[in-house]
Amino acid sequence: MADPIHQFQIVDLVPLGKIGSSEIAFTNSALFMAIAVGGITAFLLGATSSRRLVPNRMQSMAELSYEFVANTIRSTAGTEGMRFFPFVFSLFMFILTVNLIGLIPYAFTVTTHIVITAALSLSVFITVLVYGFWKNGLHFFNLFVPKGIPIFILPLIVLIEVMSFLSRPISHSVRLFANMLAGHITLKVFASFVTMLTAYGVFGWAGAVLPLGLTIALTALEMLVAVLQAYVFAILTCIYLNDAIHPGH
Amino acid sequence: MATNTAHTEAPGGHKIPFPPFNAQTFASQLFWLAIAFTFLYVAMSKLALPRIGAIIDGRAKRIADDLAEAQRLKGESDAAIAAYEKALADARARAQLIANEMRDKQAAEAQASRKKLEDALNVKLADAEKSIAATKKAAMANVSSIAAQAATAIVERLIGTAPGEKAVADAVAEALKR
Repeated sequence: MADPIHQFQIVDLVPLGKIGSSEIAFTNSALFMAIAVGGITAFLLGATSSRRLVPNRMQSMAELSYEFVANTIRSTAGTEGMRFFPFVFSLFMFILTVNLIGLIPYAFTVTTHIVITAALSLSVFITVLVYGFWKNGLHFFNLFVPKGIPIFILPLIVLIEVMSFLSRPISHSVRLFANMLAGHITLKVFASFVTMLTAYGVFGWAGAVLPLGLTIALTALEMLVAVLQAYVFAILTCIYLNDAIHPGH
Repeated sequence: MATNTAHTEAPGGHKIPFPPFNAQTFASQLFWLAIAFTFLYVAMSKLALPRIGAIIDGRAKRIADDLAEAQRLKGESDAAIAAYEKALADARARAQLIANEMRDKQAAEAQASRKKLEDALNVKLADAEKSIAATKKAAMANVSSIAAQAATAIVERLIGTAPGEKAVADAVAEALKR
């Protein structure tokens, strides 16, 4: 168990068959996605089932998450951005829940796989492209042409803008993936120091105090990172969607 | 446990592929991500978010309604206070008016009755002065006759003969004049 990479293994729980040449199975990743999705839905629907005028604690949390995401969208993409509210809310809650569940020992962290974060960020990228062209037509290209730039450096600026636009899904997905992966590896490394040192008797036990303390501190830090990365993913989604809604800078 | 990567548990030698970059697992992950995220999206957009939105909007509407109702009631109470104050001011003004009228009337009445009384007193005073003058006159007449008699009696005792009535009267009148 000292191998810090082992926790990211995809394990087939129920093999299902093949689509083309790709094998499809119900894996530990799929299990934790299902737990997260089921948990979010059960929490939000259960907490609001009595529709209280004066909310209790659970309903308050549900309303808080709603208003938090709604305010994030309104402040970055304006009121028009609210048409993407279910999408951004689903992204935020999914990533947040999956990240937080991943901090439980022995749990699997779905977002430590780049294919998941890439799929999520590509879904944002494609949404931006499709909605941007559907709503603005060719004016969507104004996104790459900032106003008030002298004509002789404009080609350079446009090139940079296009490249930054195209690199968005990469940075968007790698940021979340790398944060979660690195955090979990660090946690695992420090935690395995503890088990390794305790094998060396009393001095080992004394020496294990430091990595144990670090593991605890890192767990707190990883909690922050889990929430922060979900928020960062959501707010970047809002900013990208804002470009699709208002491409004129 | 069966793993997707056959050589994960392989002893030494073999390099263990880094799981996040193991392309064999991508199809499964994407398949389940699509199912899970679609389910979540539908559940959020059709069930959870409309419900929470309705709760929040309902509360905002209720608060706005209550505030409007409070504003209306405040307006009503302000109007009632204004009406009450106006009624009070009117009543005060009328009371003032009535009091003034009453005072003027009573002052006039008092003036009139005093005048009447003074007139009556003046008449009585004049009568009294008249009767005093008459009494005095009568008294003065009596005084001269008494003085004449006394003078006659004195003279008669002194000289033995009574003086003439006319002489005594003249002498008394002469003395009373001084």
